[in-house]
Amino acid sequence: MRGLRVLTAGILFAALAAWGAKADDVPVAVAANFTAPVKEIAAAFEKKSGHHAVLSFGATGGLYTQITQDAPFEVFLAADEARPKKAVAEGLAVGDTLFVYSVGKLVLWSKSADAVKGESTLKTATFSKIAICNPTAAPYGAAAVATMRKLGLYDALKPKLVEGADISQAFQFVDSGNAEVGFVALSQLAGTSGGSRWMVPQDLYPAIKQDAVLLKKGANHEAAKAFLEFLKGPEAHAVIEKYGYGFDNPS
Amino acid sequence: MLGDAADLTTSVKLTLELAAVTTVVLLAIGTPIAWALARAKGWWAEVASAVVALPLVLPPTVLGFYLLVALGPQGPGGALASLWGARTLAFSFPGLVIGSVVYSMPFVVQPIRNAFQAFGDRPLEVAATLRASPTRAFWTVAVPLARPGFLTGAVLGFAHTVGEFGIVLMVGGNIPGRTKVMSVAIWDYVENMQWREANILAGGMAAFAFAVILGMTLIERRFAPAGR
Repeated sequence: MRGLRVLTAGILFAALAAWGAKADDVPVAVAANFTAPVKEIAAAFEKKSGHHAVLSFGATGGLYTQITQDAPFEVFLAADEARPKKAVAEGLAVGDTLFVYSVGKLVLWSKSADAVKGESTLKTATFSKIAICNPTAAPYGAAAVATMRKLGLYDALKPKLVEGADISQAFQFVDSGNAEVGFVALSQLAGTSGGSRWMVPQDLYPAIKQDAVLLKKGANHEAAKAFLEFLKGPEAHAVIEKYGYGFDNPS
Repeated sequence: MLGDAADLTTSVKLTLELAAVTTVVLLAIGTPIAWALARAKGWWAEVASAVVALPLVLPPTVLGFYLLVALGPQGPGGALASLWGARTLAFSFPGLVIGSVVYSMPFVVQPIRNAFQAFGDRPLEVAATLRASPTRAFWTVAVPLARPGFLTGAVLGFAHTVGEFGIVLMVGGNIPGRTKVMSVAIWDYVENMQWREANILAGGMAAFAFAVILGMTLIERRFAPAGR
């Protein structure tokens, strides 16, 4: 009997601890390509402000679907402009907080040293599988498809495409060796030097402008606003730049 | 989005194919396992049966992770794939069959094992005194007696494979016609806010699940009095 009581108390305590998120926790929905930089930015933000950003990652489309269904996010860092704008249009986000926090870059990447040489790699296509992320849910997937279309190679490469649910999974398919090459975000390759890569020229795909926006749930939360301000600041910019992103208005 | 109707039917067809192939493979592999487990008296049988039952408890992500490594170029799956010039079994129909066989194994083995155990040693002893060889006794006595177990196992194995999601998401690569099964198609539609398509598939799945469970109950009711 006593064991049961201890167990009940334990479960109650755990439930309360999980429930009672601190008031200065900021739940942030982040597009998967921005995983590594946002972790650094959140750590710096916490050090500076004492607020804790709670990060959830996924494909932009999936996160957006969750937001429309009342997910408890206060800030949305997307991988495109379309979904944050749509969130504003549908009254889910605060319009005047919208801004481009980074401009993403697409890379064709392989773990083996000579696999990727440039456009020619896609033309000769000696690989058996090429990884991308879901082109309808993840903007980097759309950019990869746009690139292949522009080069007139999409139909030829289509049978070799394998899709990750988000860019992290596309990266993982290549990293685990299951796909020889893949379109990934430059930020995912930060700090790695092995393999071979081709920076896809900017004229082959529409610029990946990544918008941030304050969601309605965070409209009155100072910590959420502070996080967005911090994201615009020099400290965050240094991190974003380090991971190879560009900016819309170079500052 | 044009071609979505085709997308829907392709994923339904693929799912049924995967479940059918998996069920056949499972009956072929699962029957000897169930037989061995049912006949064995030693403690090792319980160890083996615990291994078979693992997927009941493990999250699909654990299986998906191991499968991704095992099917890949550095794993046994990659070695197997190299026989026909491929590099990996991930992102392929055979890869999904392997994953589904592991994942649905307990749903097939356990009912068959229970059925083998239910009739005890007696019928087989009788068969032996009538000079039936063990093989003959197995096919003419054990299998017919265990028929409800086979039926239950086949239905559950099929249904559980239809309901598989996590493993396919991790090793499938979302390829229409090859690895994009219904559950993954639903996830895809929901990620892209295509509620209508998601509704069609999800509603179909719910109806299917209901039919399976009801069917199982009816099978059990029909066989229960005869089995006792």
